[in-house]
Amino acid sequence: MNPKFTTDEILVRALVSQGIEHVFWHPGGARLPYYNALAKCEDITLVLVRHELGACHMADGYARTTGRPGVVMLTSGSGASNSITGIANAYMDSAPIIVFCSRESRGDTDSDQFDETDMIGVSRPVVKHSYVVQSSTDIPRVVQEAVFVATSGRPGPVVIDILRSAHENRTKHEYVMPSKVSLRGYRPAESGHAGQIKKALEALLRSTRPVICAGGGVIQGDAASELLSFAERLKLPVTTSLMGLGAVPGSNDLFLGMVGIHGTRVANDAIAHSDLILAIGTRFDDRVTNDPRQFCPQAKVIHVDIDPSSISKVITADLPIVGPCKEVLTILNQLAREKEELSSNGDDQYATWWEQLDRWREETSQGTQQNSKLDDSAMLRPEDVVQVLYEATQGDAYTTTDVGQHQLFVAQGFKFSTPRRWVTPGGLGTMGFGLPAALGVQFAFPSATVVCVTGESSFLVNLQELSTCRQYELPIKVFCFNNGTLGMVKQSTQIHAGECELRGYPESMPDFVQLVESFGHRALRAATLDELKQAVDVAFSNECKKETVFVDVTLDPDAILSSAKSRGNNLDDQSMVDA
Amino acid sequence: MMPVKHILAILFENEAGALARVLGLFAQRNMNIESLSVAPTEDSTISRLTLLTMSDAPTIEQITKQLNRLVGVIKVVDLVHVDHVERELMLVKVCAEGEERQEIKRTCDIFRGQIVDVTTNTYTVQLIGPTAKLLGFLEAIGRAHILEVVRSGTCGITRGAKALSAGPKGV
Repeated sequence: MNPKFTTDEILVRALVSQGIEHVFWHPGGARLPYYNALAKCEDITLVLVRHELGACHMADGYARTTGRPGVVMLTSGSGASNSITGIANAYMDSAPIIVFCSRESRGDTDSDQFDETDMIGVSRPVVKHSYVVQSSTDIPRVVQEAVFVATSGRPGPVVIDILRSAHENRTKHEYVMPSKVSLRGYRPAESGHAGQIKKALEALLRSTRPVICAGGGVIQGDAASELLSFAERLKLPVTTSLMGLGAVPGSNDLFLGMVGIHGTRVANDAIAHSDLILAIGTRFDDRVTNDPRQFCPQAKVIHVDIDPSSISKVITADLPIVGPCKEVLTILNQLAREKEELSSNGDDQYATWWEQLDRWREETSQGTQQNSKLDDSAMLRPEDVVQVLYEATQGDAYTTTDVGQHQLFVAQGFKFSTPRRWVTPGGLGTMGFGLPAALGVQFAFPSATVVCVTGESSFLVNLQELSTCRQYELPIKVFCFNNGTLGMVKQSTQIHAGECELRGYPESMPDFVQLVESFGHRALRAATLDELKQAVDVAFSNECKKETVFVDVTLDPDAILSSAKSRGNNLDDQSMVDA
Repeated sequence: MMPVKHILAILFENEAGALARVLGLFAQRNMNIESLSVAPTEDSTISRLTLLTMSDAPTIEQITKQLNRLVGVIKVVDLVHVDHVERELMLVKVCAEGEERQEIKRTCDIFRGQIVDVTTNTYTVQLIGPTAKLLGFLEAIGRAHILEVVRSGTCGITRGAKALSAGPKGV
């Protein structure tokens, strides 16, 4: 006779079978029955968080940097609904997280029992898929499907709501895991259309002013090395979206910088004057395009994406290719190699275009040099802080951020050398993401350097996770850009003529050093360049290798985020931009 | 761009919550659904939904892609792109008294309606056909005589031998 298991044992076995090693959880009455089996399981580290939202962001940071699903376990009611912002954030940025919650229901659902929420209904618009589990015997199949759905195709969050009635009785069942996933309604593209890919290469070879526009899909799709080979083979200039930073090394000569409202001038000029854009793994977010009608007025667009709904949604694609970035780029590389063997005139194909791009790049860098004189005594400017941090980490550290000026200063100033190092809430703009996300990353890579760059307003949103950080002794380094105001919003109100300028709240801010110290962490203050350099030395010193270090960086409250300028489209039109 | 009529035939998993996901996509985009009819197919694990909506071309393209993205949706076809048959069923309770009873019966015959329930002063008429025919009947009877109308929503099927089956997506 086959062995039989209780519901909690079945769940834990299913998780282990899918390679799950960490579970971020917050217990409550409805989740307690699982505690026994989870606590006993040696293959899974159970991470007790302070807030359900923190759990989701941890799982999100974990998932983005590893490519493996981040698993969250929550209770019912408010314990479940607290996770919604975290799920929505993962949905917008295509992060594979799986959120288990428990539904209070003895018999009938939706009978307004204590702590009952319809999590399936509440989360419906922000999940890739969701499951209600009524019987323990369904758990193995559901867990296997959830992992497959969350991580394949365009990744995204999956919610699994287990009814209390399914796990309350201690009846034992056999553990039956199907041999493979069978979902007739879900078949993500495994390869691109060969004919379309061939046409794409021909179009690139015919073009005179091509640009690659890469997005987060290249990173999530593990296609960065294929992208770099292809760009190098054809000498194609590359720009990325915010989510695509790290898709090519930031210091590579082919990289023009980030495109869009907060991008570099040369990247935007390139897009504005290009005759052919190879968009890959990007959805043309409005921060990239501003007014889509004026985004790339002269260009034909080849759009590669695993998600058909991203293609021609904002910018009409002249040549759509539905497929995984990695496979499509591999074929492009093969075809390009074959072409090279036939002809040998590839070298100067885009020479005139590169001359123009280099001229634009030169102009921009002159402007920056004049701008970037560091002064020891003056108030710290955000760009100086970013430069010091970049020098200390070399774009190699895992770097999480929140949302606002600090986020974009890092995006502009760091040159990420590899993919999956840059962890930022791009789509939803979720304040409070950075700290818990950094915790998630540190769990995935215990010996790596993990930096969280945050702002004082964002930091206050989820600071309770400092306690989690203490409990698990995670040596993350937090740099808090403190200008005593919602900098990005303030900047936005200054740009929009006629709006009331936002008043800050410096007088009501806590003393961050005391606050963080009260959680048992080391906290430092830096208001000048010298103090900052000292604090950075301490933070990354051997002495602090196992310690959380928080640096409260006092900034010039009037610092403004420099935004894009461009000739030929409207990316410099700030009147269209909201904070 | 002018909104035009689209008839989406959607095959999806016959399970709790699947229809809500489909309809949620329309609600999220502030798209109104003119009519819908849904029931299981010959395979009881699959439901078929016929959904009528007014939309411009980019919007219907995007919602079709979004529908295909749903894990529980097996196939989506816009019937207006192919030669098809549309039918709707309507039940109408009509006030039919005195001399008018004969006239209403005759109108009903002209439209090939069936009287499925009778009282001394009402008829309940069942009518099947394209939506335009049903509306034509209501006009012929006259608003003053109509007590109650219930329509099933359009359902549709392609003409010819080729059948819409639950094969791979994207056909």
